Amino acid sequence: MLSALTLLLLLQLIGEVFVQCFALPVPGPVIGLLLLLGLLLWRGRLDDHLRHTANTLLQHLSLFFVPAGVGVMVHAARVADEWLALSAALVGSTLLSMAATAFTLQFLLRHRRREEAQ
Amino acid sequence: MSDLAPRLSELWVYLAATPLLGLTLTLVAYQLAFTIYQRSGCKPAVNPVAIAVALIVAVLMATGTPYSTYFEGAQFVHFLLGPATVALAIPLYSQLARLRRMALPLMVALVVGSLTACVSAIAIGWALGASFESVRSLAPKSITTPIAMGVAEKIGGLPSLTAVLVVTTGIFGAIAASTLFNVLRIKDPAVRGFALGTAAHGIGTARAFQVSEETGAFSALAMCLNGILTALFLPLLFRTFGA
Repeated sequence: MLSALTLLLLLQLIGEVFVQCFALPVPGPVIGLLLLLGLLLWRGRLDDHLRHTANTLLQHLSLFFVPAGVGVMVHAARVADEWLALSAALVGSTLLSMAATAFTLQFLLRHRRREEAQ
Repeated sequence: MSDLAPRLSELWVYLAATPLLGLTLTLVAYQLAFTIYQRSGCKPAVNPVAIAVALIVAVLMATGTPYSTYFEGAQFVHFLLGPATVALAIPLYSQLARLRRMALPLMVALVVGSLTACVSAIAIGWALGASFESVRSLAPKSITTPIAMGVAEKIGGLPSLTAVLVVTTGIFGAIAASTLFNVLRIKDPAVRGFALGTAAHGIGTARAFQVSEETGAFSALAMCLNGILTALFLPLLFRTFGA
């Protein structure tokens, strides 16, 4: 648990350093993710305690979004003023993008399966 | 008995100044929300993030506690988004062989979904008269909080408003996904997961992991890739068309 958590934080830290040094447009944790993926590929295996720690963190991924969500308090006035535009944009765009992604992927996978069958 | 009230308020002043209260409140509210979610049989409409946020906002408003005081404690929970993002490498690694075989279809679907999310959010917000900052805060709403806040700052949005819109998008996506996919007759768990992660980032991914590991892994992949893609193209889009 502790060694796995240390590894995750260390890779995030290296990611942050990369982002600062090379002025990258992506945040540190994403670089950390790519580094960990590279490390796993290079080692060719996954330790049980790393898998366990990652699963524990990811099982409660939604918890980590709660403090940012409570920030709605700060923007109460703006949300009250623009609620129609904001909620229509959120709902419409989320449904559209889910449908567009799913249809595109399903179409391409079926197309490929048909090609493979021939 | 008469001096109990001032003592209580003294105790409150003391506790409110330490991070303990915000941190404990967050965990207790989430535990409660998660129990309600499980008791409901994990119904998507009973979203644990939405319930936890509502509970915490109610407590803060009732006690007159400002968000900044709450966040001094809650930031420790917020911080864990970082290592959790790094940890997403593990489900990706486990599914890598499958992901590699599907690389091209996944990339095309990602670009389509990512563009649809940003452009339709901007268009609908703009058409219904959302303000300048709101439109710019809306644009990165489909990507995970830490990335979205950074992008919002670059394109002239309000990072803290973006965080709220990101969380709301995630909650809505997690609630609506199963119904939408059933209506559209999309059955493949990989396709469902990938679409959910593209549109509804980490909260969608959390929901996807509760459905199955396969759905979760594809959702996690979509969330990472969309985070990177949007972080790269959205600042460029606003620099080119942003008047």
